[in-house]
Amino acid sequence: MADKKTLTFALMDAPYENARSTTALRLINIAAKRGYDINVFAYEGAVFLPFAGQQAHPNPVHGHDAEQEDHPLPKEWVEAVIKEAAKNGGKVDWVNCGLCVDERGAGDAVEGVRRGTPGDFWNMAESSDNTLVIPTK
Amino acid sequence: MAQYLLIESRDPFDSNDVQNFYGLASGLAKEGNEVTLFLVQNGVLAARQNARFAALGAVASAGVEILADDFSLDERGIVTGGLASGVKAAPLDIVIDQLAQGRKAIWH
Repeated sequence: MADKKTLTFALMDAPYENARSTTALRLINIAAKRGYDINVFAYEGAVFLPFAGQQAHPNPVHGHDAEQEDHPLPKEWVEAVIKEAAKNGGKVDWVNCGLCVDERGAGDAVEGVRRGTPGDFWNMAESSDNTLVIPTK
Repeated sequence: MAQYLLIESRDPFDSNDVQNFYGLASGLAKEGNEVTLFLVQNGVLAARQNARFAALGAVASAGVEILADDFSLDERGIVTGGLASGVKAAPLDIVIDQLAQGRKAIWH
């Protein structure tokens, strides 16, 4: 693909806390649909976005069981963008900051996520056409 | 002339520093740069036609292209016809387009 691009995103927000996580995954999904190569460096609470231990749950207040509640799981969104990129000839290199993972006990991530350091973010940015940092407030 | 993409996600009625970001956009445009200010999430609240907020008009007058994420507008019940002068609804794809073009991008 002549116009194939490589984009890097740095994410910092934990799931379920801010619309930034949703917007970030929307952006990554658009790039994945184009078959771009996508680097993600997840820092701080963002290492929980691909956390494998996320579970759908019922909502007794609404009288819903887990299926009716249909609770969104960010780990599934991460898996989806990884698959979407691969389907379109691209790839997602998702790196979780190792120190952030250890601090939070977030080591159990979905397939396709690897552990790294801020040095990986530097290398990602150096090898990309562009980089977008989405910081916490 | 450089090209910039400034992404504003915050509500100016909630965060005073939004006006500093608008000022950055205006300043870059006045110096001859090509600047897009992309409003997303609560950042689109400033784009309402009837909002008591004049700062965005000054940004448009400085020559900044102002776009508002159509998904964020829909979420908040803001219709395209209710946008302030100088603001256009746009898909989030524009952000990826401009990143791919190599624009200098800042998220606020």
